[in-house]
Amino acid sequence: MKPLIFDNIDEPGLNTLAVYERRGGYEMLRKALAMPREAVLQEISDSGLRGRGGAGFPMGMKAGFLPKGDMPKYLTCNADESEPGTFKDRELMQKSPHMLIEGIAIACYAAAITQAFIYIRGEYRLQGDILEAAIAEAYAAGYLGDGILDSGQPLSLVLHRGAGAYICGEETGLLDSLEGKRGNPRLKPPFPAIQGLYDGPTLINNVETLATVPHVIRLGGKQYAEIGVERSSGTKLVSVSGDVQRPGNYEIELGIPSREIIFGLAGGPQPGREVKLWFPGGSSSPVLTRDDLDLPYDFDSMAKAGTMLGSGAIIVVDDTHTVLEVMSKVVKFYAHESCGKCVPCREGTNWTHKMVHRIESGEATPMDLDLLASVQTQIIGNCLCVLGDAMAMPVGSMVAKFRPELEAEVEAARERAGTPSLASAGAGVPVH
Amino acid sequence: MSAIDRRPPVPRFGHGSRVPGWDVAVDLAKPPATVPDPATTPVPDELRSEIEQAMGRYPNPRSAAIPALHAAQRHHGWLPPEAIAQVACVMALTPAYLTSVASFYDMFALRPKPRHDVYVCTNITCSLLGADEIHERMIELAGDHPDLNVCSFECLGACDIGPMASVNGEYVGPINLDDCEQIARDLDKGGPVLEHKQLRFRRCADPNANPES
Ligand SMILES: Cc1cc2nc3c(=O)[nH]c(=O)nc-3n(C[C@H](O)[C@H](O)[C@H](O)COP(=O)(O)O)c2cc1C
Ligand code: FES
Repeated sequence: MKPLIFDNIDEPGLNTLAVYERRGGYEMLRKALAMPREAVLQEISDSGLRGRGGAGFPMGMKAGFLPKGDMPKYLTCNADESEPGTFKDRELMQKSPHMLIEGIAIACYAAAITQAFIYIRGEYRLQGDILEAAIAEAYAAGYLGDGILDSGQPLSLVLHRGAGAYICGEETGLLDSLEGKRGNPRLKPPFPAIQGLYDGPTLINNVETLATVPHVIRLGGKQYAEIGVERSSGTKLVSVSGDVQRPGNYEIELGIPSREIIFGLAGGPQPGREVKLWFPGGSSSPVLTRDDLDLPYDFDSMAKAGTMLGSGAIIVVDDTHTVLEVMSKVVKFYAHESCGKCVPCREGTNWTHKMVHRIESGEATPMDLDLLASVQTQIIGNCLCVLGDAMAMPVGSMVAKFRPELEAEVEAARERAGTPSLASAGAGVPVH
Repeated sequence: MSAIDRRPPVPRFGHGSRVPGWDVAVDLAKPPATVPDPATTPVPDELRSEIEQAMGRYPNPRSAAIPALHAAQRHHGWLPPEAIAQVACVMALTPAYLTSVASFYDMFALRPKPRHDVYVCTNITCSLLGADEIHERMIELAGDHPDLNVCSFECLGACDIGPMASVNGEYVGPINLDDCEQIARDLDKGGPVLEHKQLRFRRCADPNANPES
C-alpha cells in the first residue's frame, strides 16, 4: 500500500515550506477555499474519517455539531500524545508539520472557525520548535493570518506547550489547561463542540485526524472511504513497541490482520520467544492474547473483541515477562496521573496500586485478585472522565485472562517474602 | 533481584497523600497573599517581556500561565517563591493560584533542582526493555555528578527507542548501561549528548514510507 501521510516522510527538508510546497503542499487548502464551506464539511463526512486520538468519533459529525452563528469558535489540535505506547503524532509533527497546519486550516474553514491552537506536550521540545518555525513560515506565506490566501477567511494559530500531565490529553482537561488552569477534566455535557474553550464552541481533534484532512480533500471523501473497511475507512498510523524486533510507526490500511502488523511489519518478538499479551490501542485498552493475533485491525473488530483500537498503539509483551510486572506498571501510571478531581478514579487507582504492591511483596492471597477485579468493575462508568476506566479496563482484562498465572505469582511472591505458604495455612483463607 | 523485590512491605493504612506538604497545617490567622505589588516586586526585563508576549497571544491572557511558568523556570532554574511572585505580578494573579497550577505539572520544579534534567522513562515499553536498571544506574551516577537531576518519568512518547531518556529535552535511546556514563560525561563536557542515539536522526520504520529504502 502506498502511504498517504508517511509518503516519502524522510525527504530532507520536508519540514520546511519550500519542500512541502514543491510536493504540492497547501494546494488542498486552495482547493477547499474555492468550495463552499458546507461542501468541504460534506467531503469530511463522506470520508467516514474517525478520530485517531482514542475515541474514534467521526470527525465530520463532530464538526457538524458546532452551532452556526457569529460567536467566537475555536479549534484545538490535541498534540498531547501521552497515552503510553503512542508516538505517531511525534513523527508526523517532526517531519511534516505543514501537513498538520494545512489540515487545521481546512478544518477551520469548513467549520467557520477563526482561532486555532495546537496543544503539544511540553516534553516534545524538538517537535514544538519545528512546529513553531513552520507556523511562522505559514504566516509569512499567507496560509495563516488575516484573510488566508486572499479569501477573506482569517485564521490565527498558536502553539501552546504543556508541562507534563497525561490528563491534559483528555479533551476537557486540555481545555482547562489551555485556559491557564490545572488540567482537571470537566463534566460532560456540555460537550466542547457546544461549550469548550473560553465557553465557546470548540472542535477538538487529534494531530493525525487533522493531518488526514488534506488527503481527504485531495482524494474526495467518497474515494477516501474506499480505503480500509466499512466503518473504519482510511489509513492509520500505528505505533508498535515492546518485545518486537522492529519497533516504530507504520502506516497501515485499516482492517488488515493484526498479525501482519506485529509480525510482518514489526518483526514479532525475538527468535525463540512468543507473544504473551498485547495492548491493541495504548495502555488503556483491554489486553489481547496470542489467540487474537488474527483479528482484523480496525475500530469495530477491536470493539467486538472487547477492546479498542484507541490511539493505534500496539504494545507487545513476550513470554519472558510476567503479567504482574506489566500490571504493576500500568497501575502505577494511572495512580500517578489521576488528577484527583473525582473520587472513584483518585481512590480506585490509588487502592489498586496498593493491592498490586501487596501482591508483589508477598502479602496477598488469591482472594485479593477477586477484590482487585471487583474494584475495577466499580470504577468503570463511575468517573468524571475515562481515566479511571482506562486503568480498570486493562487491569480487569488481565485478571480475567491470566488468572492462573496471577495466582501462581501470588504464591511465588509469598515464597520469596517468606510468608507462610497458603497450602499449609489452609488455601483461600485470607491472612490479615 | 529486581527493583520490585527490594521494595519495603506495604505500610498498610499508614500512608499519607503523595502531595508534599499535605500534613502541614495552614496558618488560618494569616491573610492569603494578594497579587504582588509591582513597586516591591522587581521582575527581570527579559522575563517580563517574555510573559507579556505570551499573554498577548491568547484571547484571555490567563492562558499564558503555563508558558509564563516555563519562562520563569528557564530564567531561575526552578520555581522559587520569588519566581512565582514575579509571574504573579506581571499576570495580575495571586501566587497561590500559580502555585496550584505549577504543582499540577511534572515539568515544574517547586524545589531547587540540579541544572541538567535527565528524565528516564520507566513506563510500560521502556521497563519491558530494561528501563528500571537504567534509572538506577543514572541515580547512582548522579551521586558523582551533582549537576544531574535524574527523575523517572512516564511514557515520553518515544517507545520506539526504548529504553530511552530525555536529556535536557533531547530524546536519546535505546540506551544501555554504558550509555548512562556517556550521558553524564557529555553533560559535564557541554555540547551534544549521546549524539549517535538521538531521536531527531531516526528514520521512519515503515518500509513503504520512503521510496529508496
Ligand atoms: C485520559 C485520556 C487521555 C487522552 N489522551 C489523548 C492524547 O494524548 N491525544 C489525543 O489525541 N487524544 C487523547 N484523548 C482523547 C481525547 O479526549 C479526544 O477524544 C480526542 O482528542 C479527540 O480527537 P479525535 O476525535 O481526532 O480522536 C485522551 C482521552 C482520555 C480520557
Ligand atoms: S514507554 Fe518509554 S517512551 Fe513510551
